[in-house]
Amino acid sequence: MTTSTETAITTQVYRVYIKAPPERIWQAITDPAWTARYGYGGTVDYDLRPGGMYIAYTSEEMRATGAPDVAIDGEVLEADPPHRLVQTWRMVMDPQMESEGFTKLTYEIAEGQGGVSKLTLTHELEGAPGLATLLSGGLEEMGAGGGWAWVLSDLKTLLETGNGMDTGDALNQG
Amino acid sequence: MNDDDRVFKALADPTRRFLLDLLYERDGRTLTQLESELEMTRFGVMKHLRVLEDAGLVVTHRQGREKLHFLNPVPVRLIHDRWIDKYTERRVSALAELKQELEGEGTA
Repeated sequence: MTTSTETAITTQVYRVYIKAPPERIWQAITDPAWTARYGYGGTVDYDLRPGGMYIAYTSEEMRATGAPDVAIDGEVLEADPPHRLVQTWRMVMDPQMESEGFTKLTYEIAEGQGGVSKLTLTHELEGAPGLATLLSGGLEEMGAGGGWAWVLSDLKTLLETGNGMDTGDALNQG
Repeated sequence: MNDDDRVFKALADPTRRFLLDLLYERDGRTLTQLESELEMTRFGVMKHLRVLEDAGLVVTHRQGREKLHFLNPVPVRLIHDRWIDKYTERRVSALAELKQELEGEGTA
């Protein structure tokens, strides 16, 4: 997508303010009971220490359409709960995405004023144009979800109201 | 002013929308790079970027000695999810009800 001769910036940065303490945001990212409730809805398995493995599983819904069990794998590089998590990240549920290899993902959670925390997600996507498109929501029309903006929006809704958006229940629209 | 107010206010200016379009085209630019695309003083561009940052639409990130500006789509997504989805959903469900009613009549 870059037309300039300058160095292409392939990093994506997302930020969201959530009215919740950093500990709850950390839990929502690393605890499978929480990850199942927002975004793509799969569970995760984190070994939260440098060199520890990371696996994100596909949701039941995805498996029903023929997806394999594992969606994403990677390795934890840094884990400083509840403020900083750095890891590698590779999508393995699709051969083309898998061939783009490991990318680097950083979560930073900062405590703010009035009980509002700042979550910044930085995804370094060098050499991964397919993932970059997917994660910026470019494949949403194809049913691939809205990428990180969508996931973080849903995470905020879940933590602030106790409901994810896609519950399919009109009563939750409040 | 709440978060949504700040986003709408930030989007209510053509220069700021242009800056977002520039970052959409190519993300992670320096102030100097953005300034070169606009007929405006450096100070003017900085002021607009400040408003965009306050609204959370632009996030800066240091890379080496450079301060890069990134488009943050989350606030727009939140407005989409909270507002636009709500109204389109109603329209869709109204159509679904109409279909049900018409088909119900057909089989009755």
